[in-house]
Amino acid sequence: MAKPSPKIDIRTSPYIRKAPTVAEIMRNVVYALMPIAVYGVYQFGLSALLLMITTTLSCALTEQLFCTLSGKKSTVSDFSAVISGLMLSMSLPPGFPLWMAAVAGFTAIAMGKTLFGGIGFNVFNPALVGRAFVQAAFPVSITTWTPAFAEGRFSELIPSTLAIPFMKPLPTEAWSMTVAPDGYTGATPLSLMKYQNIFTDSEQLLLGMTNGAVGESSAILILLCGGYLVYRKMLDWRIPAAVITGTVLTASVFYLIDPTDYPSPLFMVLAGGLMFASIFMASDMVASPVTPLGIFIFGLLVGFLTVIIRLFGGLTESIMYAILFGNAATPLIESYTQPKIYGTRKKGGK
Amino acid sequence: MGLLQLFSKKTFPHGIHPPEYKDETSRKKTIRLAFAPEIVLPLSQHIGAPAIPIVHKGQFVERGELIAEPAENALSVPIHASVSGTVKDIELMPSAKGPKVKSIIITTSPSSPQIPLTGGPQDYLSMDSTQIISAVKETGLVGLGGAGFPSYAKMMVPKERNIHTVVINGCECEPFLTTDHRVMLEKVDAMMTGINIAIKAVNADKAIIGIENNKREVMDVIRDRLPDDNLISVEAVETKYPQGAEKMLVKSLLGVEIPSRGLPSEIGLAIFNVATMAEMGSLLPNRQGLIERIITVTGDELERPGNYIVPIGTPLKYILDFAGFTGAEAELILGGPMMGLPVSSLETPVTKGTGAVLVLDKRATKRDDIQPCIKCSMCLQACPINLNPSELGQLAAKRRYDVMEKDYHLNDCFECGCCSYVCPSNIPLVQYFRIAKALNRERHIQNG
Repeated sequence: MAKPSPKIDIRTSPYIRKAPTVAEIMRNVVYALMPIAVYGVYQFGLSALLLMITTTLSCALTEQLFCTLSGKKSTVSDFSAVISGLMLSMSLPPGFPLWMAAVAGFTAIAMGKTLFGGIGFNVFNPALVGRAFVQAAFPVSITTWTPAFAEGRFSELIPSTLAIPFMKPLPTEAWSMTVAPDGYTGATPLSLMKYQNIFTDSEQLLLGMTNGAVGESSAILILLCGGYLVYRKMLDWRIPAAVITGTVLTASVFYLIDPTDYPSPLFMVLAGGLMFASIFMASDMVASPVTPLGIFIFGLLVGFLTVIIRLFGGLTESIMYAILFGNAATPLIESYTQPKIYGTRKKGGK
Repeated sequence: MGLLQLFSKKTFPHGIHPPEYKDETSRKKTIRLAFAPEIVLPLSQHIGAPAIPIVHKGQFVERGELIAEPAENALSVPIHASVSGTVKDIELMPSAKGPKVKSIIITTSPSSPQIPLTGGPQDYLSMDSTQIISAVKETGLVGLGGAGFPSYAKMMVPKERNIHTVVINGCECEPFLTTDHRVMLEKVDAMMTGINIAIKAVNADKAIIGIENNKREVMDVIRDRLPDDNLISVEAVETKYPQGAEKMLVKSLLGVEIPSRGLPSEIGLAIFNVATMAEMGSLLPNRQGLIERIITVTGDELERPGNYIVPIGTPLKYILDFAGFTGAEAELILGGPMMGLPVSSLETPVTKGTGAVLVLDKRATKRDDIQPCIKCSMCLQACPINLNPSELGQLAAKRRYDVMEKDYHLNDCFECGCCSYVCPSNIPLVQYFRIAKALNRERHIQNG
C-alpha cells in the first residue's frame, strides 16, 4: 500500500434526510402562536401578558427541574415545554391569578409530561392536563371572565391577577362593570348561549370581538396561524378538519331539531376555544393517533363530545375534556385502525 | 401545471420528493473508462447460488470468455472475463454485500487488443421462448437496476400464469443517478431489441415503458424509435421516490398491485429495467456475455463526475482516481443515497448490479441525535407500502421483532428509506427494520 486510504465512515442508507427536525417544528409552532398572543395582549392588556410569561416560565422551569433531577440532558431547548406553557395561558381567563397559573404550568409538565417520560411519551396533551388540574382546583377563578378591550388595560392589571397564593382572589365583577367598553360584564359567548340563550354574531366571533380566554377569541387569526403551519407542513390539517367536521355534524343534528333552542353549527365552531383547541391542541402529535382512519375517528369523537358537553353538561366550555378523552382513547383507536398495506387488497381490480 | 394534468398524472400514493441532484451528470455522454490493471470478479454478483469457476490460477483468459459456470439446478448465472489477462488468483475479496466473497482476480494484459469474444450471431426471431430463456442465461444478465435478480429466471413463468404485459422500468428515482437516463438516450435501439426479445420470451401481448416526467427529452427520443407494430408504448409517470420500485411503477402505470410477498407474474406482468433491456438487446444477438455496464460516478469532491462505461470488476479506487476524487473524508456509496450500499474498502469492485458510485461529503450526511418519536405520522404518509413505521420503530426499540413481523407486516418493507428520510426525530427507522429482519431470519433458522 502506497498511501493510506481515505477515512471511510460506514453507515447504512438512506444517507440524506429532510429537514425539519423536531426542534424546528416546535420553534415554528411558537412563531405561529405569536400573533395570537399579541392579539390576546391587545385584547386583555397587561394581565394577559403576565399570564403568558408566567405559564411559559413555569413550564420551562419545571422541564429543566425534572431533567436535572433525572440527570438527563436538558430538553428545554426543543421548545415543546414553551409551547405547552403558551398554549396553557391561551386557554385561561385573562384575569386568572398568576400563582394559580404557575401551578397549572408545573402540573402540565410534571404530571402531563415528565411523569410519562418526557416528549414523545405523554399520553395526554400536557397543557390540557395543567388546565384540567386548575379547573378542578380553582373552579371559581377559572370561570371568572373579564371584559375584553377594558379601559386602561395597558396601564393597570385585572384585580385578580396578583392574588396572593392560597388567598381568595379579589372579586372582579365591580371592576369589570367600570372598565367594560359598553357596560358589558364578562360573560363569554358560550355562557350567554348556555344560560341566556343568546347567540353571539359569527362576525364578532370570527374577528375576536368577544370575551373569553386569552388566546381563543379571533377565529380568523387562529385559522391564519394554523394555516401557516399547514403550509410549512408542520401541522397535520386532518385533525382540526376532523374535529370541526365532528362539531358541525353533531351541532347540525340539534340545530335541525330546534333552531331556536340550539345554536347553529357555525356558532359552535367559532365560539369558545374550539378553533384554537382543534388547531393547536387536538393536533398535539404525540397524544393523537397516527393512522389515517384513526385521525379521522379521533377528530370526530372530539367534536362530538365537545358539542354534547356544551349543550348538556354542567360546564360552558368543554373542548378540553373532549380532547383529553380523545387522547385517552388514542391507543384503542390506533389498534383498530392500522393501515391496510400495499398488495393485500382483494384481487379483481385488474 | 394544470389541474387536469394533476389529476391525470400517473402515480402511486405516498412517497417523497427528495432533491434530484441529477444536473451534474444527466447531460454528460457516457465515456469509456480504461481497463484497471487488476479486475476482481465476485462469483456471487446476483441473487441465487454463486457461479462455479472453470479457470485456474495462471490461466490466460480472453475478454468475454466464460470463466465461471452457473451452479447446477439452482438460480444462478455465468460470469465472463471483463478483460483479457491472466487469472491471478481465486480468493476472498471485499464486496459491497458485507462479508468478503470468493472472487476471480484477473491481471489485465497490457498488450492485448481487448476485443471481446462473441459466440457468433443468433436470430432471436427464429427462436422459441425456451431457447431465448437459455440464451439469456448464457449472457449472464441480471437486473441492472440494482437487485441483481437473474433475468432469465424472470422469464421462466409457471405454465398456469399468463403474462399479458411486459413493464419496462425507466424510472430512475434515486437522487444523483443518471445511468438509466443515459442508456435510454444512447442505447435506444438496443433497448428496443431487448424489449422485443423479452416480449417474445414471455409471450406477452405488449410492453409499456414507464418513464418519470422529469425526462421529457428521453420520452421524445424513445417515441421516435417505437416500432410500427404498436407493441411497445411509453407512459410518463410522476417524478417521485420510489417510483422505480416495481411495486410502485405497476401501481402508477396500471393501477394494479403486486400481491403482498408475491411476484409480478401472479398478476400477469414481467418487469425489466431499461439498462437490462439495452444489454440484452446488444448481447443476445451476438451471443456475448455481460462484461461491462454504465455507472454514474458523482457526488461531492469529484473533479470529473460523469457517466462511465466500466468493465465489471473494476475496483472503486481505480474509478475514483479516474473521476478525480479529491476529498479525504467522505462517505462512499454503491448506488443512490436512498438505498445504496456503504463501501468499507476501496478494493471493492463494481458488480453487475452497481448503478452508481456516489461520494458524499461527510457534512452532508451528518445525522443529529436521535430523539423520541413524537408520532407526527410523517412516516405513515411517506411509506409507499402503507406500513406504520412509527409503530414499527417503537416496537424495534423494545426489541419486539416477532410482533413487528406478525402484526405489522415487517417483511413487506422493501427498505426504500422514505421513513428515515422524513423522520423529524432522526430515528433510523429503516435501519432498525433491516436489523429486525436479519434477527428474525436468524431466529427462524434456529427454530427450524
